[in-house]
Amino acid sequence: MSTATTRSTTPAKRSFTAGASEYINDRTGIAVAIKGLGRKAFPDHWSFLLGEVALFSFIVVLISGTFLTFFFQASMAEVHYDGSYVPLKGVEMSVAMASTLDISFDIRGGLFVRQMHHWAALLFVAAIGLHMLRVFFTGAFRKPREINWVFGFILFILAMAEGFTGYSLPDDLLSGNGLRIIDGMIKGIPLIGTWTSFLLFGGEFPGTAIVGRLYTLHILLLPALVVALIAVHVGYVFIHKHTQFAGPGREPTNSVGPPILPIYAAKAGGFMFLIWGVISLIAALFTINPIWNYGPYDPSPVSAGTQPDWYIGFADGALRLIPPGWEFVWLDRTWSFNILVPLVAIGIFIGLVVAYPFIEAWIKGDKREHHIADRPRNAPTRTAIGAAGVTFYAGLWAAAASDLLATHFSLTMEGVIHALQATVIVGPFIAYFITKRVCLALQKKDREIVLHGYESGRIVKLPGGEFIEVHQPLDEYERWRLVSYESYQPLMIRPNARGKITLGQRVRASFSRWFFEDRIAPVSKGELESGHDGHH
Amino acid sequence: MAQDDHSGTELAAADSSHAVQEFAGSTGTAVIPHDAFENPGFEPHRPRVTDEDPRREKRAQRTVYTLFYLSILGSVWAIAAYMLFPIESNDVGAVRLNNMFIGLGATLALLGIGFGAVHWGKTLMTSAESIDIRHPISGSEATQQGAVEVFRQADEESGFSRRTVIRNSLIGALLAFPLPAVVLFRGFAPQDQIPVELLSHTMWAKGTRLALDPSGVPIRAADVTIGSAFHVIPEGLIDLEHGKLEEKAKAAVLLMRLDPSELNETPDRASWSYDGIVAYSKICTHVGCPVALYEQHTHHLLCPCHQSQFDVANHCEVIFGPAKRPLPQLPIAVDDEGYLIAQSDFTEPVGPSFWERH
Ligand code: HEM
Ligand code: FES
Repeated sequence: MSTATTRSTTPAKRSFTAGASEYINDRTGIAVAIKGLGRKAFPDHWSFLLGEVALFSFIVVLISGTFLTFFFQASMAEVHYDGSYVPLKGVEMSVAMASTLDISFDIRGGLFVRQMHHWAALLFVAAIGLHMLRVFFTGAFRKPREINWVFGFILFILAMAEGFTGYSLPDDLLSGNGLRIIDGMIKGIPLIGTWTSFLLFGGEFPGTAIVGRLYTLHILLLPALVVALIAVHVGYVFIHKHTQFAGPGREPTNSVGPPILPIYAAKAGGFMFLIWGVISLIAALFTINPIWNYGPYDPSPVSAGTQPDWYIGFADGALRLIPPGWEFVWLDRTWSFNILVPLVAIGIFIGLVVAYPFIEAWIKGDKREHHIADRPRNAPTRTAIGAAGVTFYAGLWAAAASDLLATHFSLTMEGVIHALQATVIVGPFIAYFITKRVCLALQKKDREIVLHGYESGRIVKLPGGEFIEVHQPLDEYERWRLVSYESYQPLMIRPNARGKITLGQRVRASFSRWFFEDRIAPVSKGELESGHDGHH
Repeated sequence: MAQDDHSGTELAAADSSHAVQEFAGSTGTAVIPHDAFENPGFEPHRPRVTDEDPRREKRAQRTVYTLFYLSILGSVWAIAAYMLFPIESNDVGAVRLNNMFIGLGATLALLGIGFGAVHWGKTLMTSAESIDIRHPISGSEATQQGAVEVFRQADEESGFSRRTVIRNSLIGALLAFPLPAVVLFRGFAPQDQIPVELLSHTMWAKGTRLALDPSGVPIRAADVTIGSAFHVIPEGLIDLEHGKLEEKAKAAVLLMRLDPSELNETPDRASWSYDGIVAYSKICTHVGCPVALYEQHTHHLLCPCHQSQFDVANHCEVIFGPAKRPLPQLPIAVDDEGYLIAQSDFTEPVGPSFWERH
């Protein structure tokens, strides 16, 4: 911005850019922001790109969705289809379905935009999910970022809601069936279920209101919330400055990386176009949601083997895993535990996800800010908990394809369901156990390497006739990457000021023991010195 | 904020000691080792090939602008494809080509810019890293005190904590004012309807003929051979002016004929079937999908949504899956002309369970 601040006395010679930036700055004072942010460091790591993938695919969703709104009509009024797609000519369907067919078959490039929208939406949700896992496994949710974790979590929920409402708009057989399932689930909720469904659908299912209502949510309310939350979320990334992995010169108190202008802008901006290009390529080559094959919604035809969009799968899977008979009439009312249990289980699961940063902070009692990302192995218990959670989710998700699993591998439906029930209940424990062992083993391996160097693969014979493998010592930079982490020890129970040991203390201590009893500390200077002496 | 690696080393190191103090806070159960390694500082900067070899630099430059030109080509291609591949009426193949060629052009346009910019950033832009110093998010002690003081003063001047009656009445008013908005939600569904009543009845009534779905043609008992299954709707459904789908979502029925010896009918329902012909609601008692995969030799019905299975021979009892209740049975008979008719409506609500059901 130096051009804008140093005023030239001979205006005739000034470049257009200089003049323009001066003009703008005189009216906006934007120079302050550019000076402050333009050279900000942005730590680099491939896994930090996942959030950007989410952001960039959301931009595609916004732009392509806006294009669709110019043609899509969210009405459930019945018409006889009269567009170009011959097999459906004359078929009775809603205006919503007919206009979606028109987008696909009668508007040049319409199918392309529609497929961009759907593929980008799928990528958007996937990227958010992976981004969340990255943040979890590197401990990037620790102070001061706990609240931003919550914002990110809400975005994940909103993204799924956007996806579900969008999926329901074309009013085709699959989307109607999806709504039917939602209707059935809502009706199963005690006390408020029946009326909630009745009000949501504007009368009996399916009614003529739901597509219009979901449309308002899909293009107004939810996008507004998503955009606002993205702004806050990314704003906080700036305020907190991005975490970085440990490395030479990187301190908890600094932030090291290419400056925003120009390198980060070039790479991230370029990356944005790459993501867009990939979405465009997929949309050009692969059909998604071919509603013309499904036909309009009708409560009666069968649709075996069809699946919801991937991110809804876990909920559908949870419904399938309930054993027969979980419904009772009690106090003259129906208690549908076959619906309540999946709902509550998923509720607890996502509740734990959003609460995790606060739980871990409480156990550790660590009130410092943390800006160095953990390597997952250096937080074995957290990593193992994460693996358990992923296994639970994956089990539910696989259950959504139980029929495909059964037919594909010629298994019985019962066998598949029972195996998946076991996976969802026992699987997380196994995953926890294995992951924790693997993390501890990797930590030990790191200690080995720091103490004795890399195995060089070169064997030499000592004068005494003994064979040894030559170990390549680490340089101080490599070593720093392996030793610069913090470890925690289990909490000692101590009486408080009034000489009492509170229940909270006890619980915290037992959690703390669970988390940290298998602690492996980083190699210290003294250890390295004595280790070297002892070995060679 | 230092721009350069090397000068940054000292700066960061010098700064960090005071910054560490700034960041002080309880370490909780963290172990702070006494003889931990010290940060060795930044690694010496390694130049890239493009920094050292002018020929490589030239080549990188060529690559970048070629990619940008390719992008322009892609945009032109996409526009040309829009015109060259019109959607001729009634031709699905044309739609495919239109989609693919516009899409590939756009892809080239986007990827060209993307690869070009990334390559530029990686090979040609000066590669020094920036170093920012972090400051505690909470701000300085003075700032925090200042904020506290603002609140204290505002409280003092307004008397918010002193004038408790005013405060409490305001809180009450604020809690109450959104309530009318909640009431408005009743208008989301027709004012004169009650869901439980609607859910308890379907279009079936005494004498309604069973008709084929979707044609609406009535079915003669004689046409239902053993082992066959029909998708059924009430006669007259397709002529409804309003609420066709709503009625269909409750009234859809499956009609099957078994060998009468294979039907295990309870005495009170023995008269609900006709010569081995039985009619059951098609709407799953789990969450409402159409149950319509009929396995003729086992007499099992399978719901495609969550795989609940119902045994037609035993009044559609659940034999597997998350559904609890059997599919409701529609009592049927035959009229004078030999058509199948309903004896009455279903005797219980069909479809998914709901709270008020008992
Ligand atoms: C988080 C963001 C969003 C997600 C995950 C999402 C997802 C979806 C999905 C899965 C569909 C079904 C598309 C299909 O027929 O294959 C859809 C349809 C649609 N979306 Fe979105 N959407 C999002 C945001 C938006 C926004 C911001 C707009 C408009 C401003 C929009 C406008 C539309 C329209 C008009 C349709 C119906 C047209 C059609 O089905 O072809 N969407 N959306
Ligand atoms: S709706 Fe039939 S099993 Fe779920």
